Amino acid sequence: MKYLTEFHDPALARRLLDTIAATARRRWTVMEVCGGQTHAIIRHGLDQFLADQVEFIHGPGCPVCVTPLEMIDRALAIAARPEVIFCSFGDMLRVPGSETDLFSVRARGGDVRVVYSPLDAVRIAENNRDRQVVFFAVGFETTAPAAAMAAVTARRRWLTNFSMLVSHVLVPPAMEAVLAAPDNRVAAFLAAGHVCTVMGTEQYEPLVATFRTPVVVTGFEPLDVLEGVRHAVEQLESGRAELANAYPRAVRPEGNPAARMILADVFTVCDRAWRGIGTIPRSGWRLSPAWADLDAETRFDVADVRVAEPAACHSGEVLRGLLRPPDCPAFGTACTPRRPLGATMVSAEGACAAYFQYRRLAPAGPSTPAVDRD
Amino acid sequence: MCLGIPGRITKIWDDRGTRMATVDFGGVTRTACLAYLPGATIGNYTIIHAGFALTVVDEAAAHRTLATFRELGLLDDELGARQPADGVGR
Ligand code: SF4
Repeated sequence: MKYLTEFHDPALARRLLDTIAATARRRWTVMEVCGGQTHAIIRHGLDQFLADQVEFIHGPGCPVCVTPLEMIDRALAIAARPEVIFCSFGDMLRVPGSETDLFSVRARGGDVRVVYSPLDAVRIAENNRDRQVVFFAVGFETTAPAAAMAAVTARRRWLTNFSMLVSHVLVPPAMEAVLAAPDNRVAAFLAAGHVCTVMGTEQYEPLVATFRTPVVVTGFEPLDVLEGVRHAVEQLESGRAELANAYPRAVRPEGNPAARMILADVFTVCDRAWRGIGTIPRSGWRLSPAWADLDAETRFDVADVRVAEPAACHSGEVLRGLLRPPDCPAFGTACTPRRPLGATMVSAEGACAAYFQYRRLAPAGPSTPAVDRD
Repeated sequence: MCLGIPGRITKIWDDRGTRMATVDFGGVTRTACLAYLPGATIGNYTIIHAGFALTVVDEAAAHRTLATFRELGLLDDELGARQPADGVGR
């Protein structure tokens, strides 16, 4: 049971809900791209408040979830080497590879360290010149600037023992893949606001024009999500498809020019496999030729580690909005955050974890709105 | 790791040519790099991603976002605080 009083500004929430209800003449399918938005929706029951107006389908915007299995296996192979200090964001430690995870590699004596910033990994390399220090560079356009600056800093300090295992992914190509799929149901997107703080908004123009689909740049707080939905529904009802910015307090159209300049130097666009989804053309960044000497895949010869995804986990369907997490046969039984089968259950931003945390006790099947309309 | 968290710049210094800052996230502080926000000054609220300031926001918005992080239980994740302790990066 969810209550309006749980919102930070209940009156504004009420107004937004009423406006959406008055505008929508049918139920629209809207995909929120960012895992933080998914959490806000499930935690605050926005899907229940808007049960008659909007079907939310949860997008691929969780970097931990989409990092491909073979990349995890490459990380595990490198981290197990005795000469290596392997540095990673904490979220990646419990992500299952084919056989084990980074956490277990560490328990068996591997030197795996959690860092908050990639610059911490550079500092570790400076302080351990006799060891090889590898940073696991994962994430969307939001974390890539940090990784790029780590590369720049390592070179500026003449470090020869620093390298990066790069698995960066890009949001717009994934949105395009969703829209281009024959089974696509998405009528409008809530784009991930923080990705746009870096990259700006213009990269969505072609998507809007080609697929005639509204894209609303949206924050991840509950009221932001409602504001994004209001924009989307209004466009859909009037037959328009436009790029709108419902998160202007953080997003400027040009993004962050300094970050974009360094990103364009250090990284180059490449095809990238997405866990559970498959390869999406031009959907990732790898080190550009000028920075290839920092590539851990070649330094440790793991580039040809290739593995198939396990069949038990349906996260690919979850990430494309084709399956609700509670409808996965393993949800809450064979698969829990303590013993996850898929990355969408591990990550704090994963859709399966969101449902497990907030909806585990709710009856299965289409959720009946249990809401107080005051 | 991905969401980015707003905090207030309380101190700025130079680390071998790179502008660094201390950022206060409602009581918890972290070091952040200002290379991508050359205009940022002490007192600015900024959103930090993986130790880098990427955008300036106003104070009210920052406080609201921090409150949301707490509610959603994502604050520790973003600050890298909930991870198995090893003393690095904090
Ligand atoms: S509940 Fe577990 S097994 Fe099912 S899709 Fe989610 S992560 Fe995969």
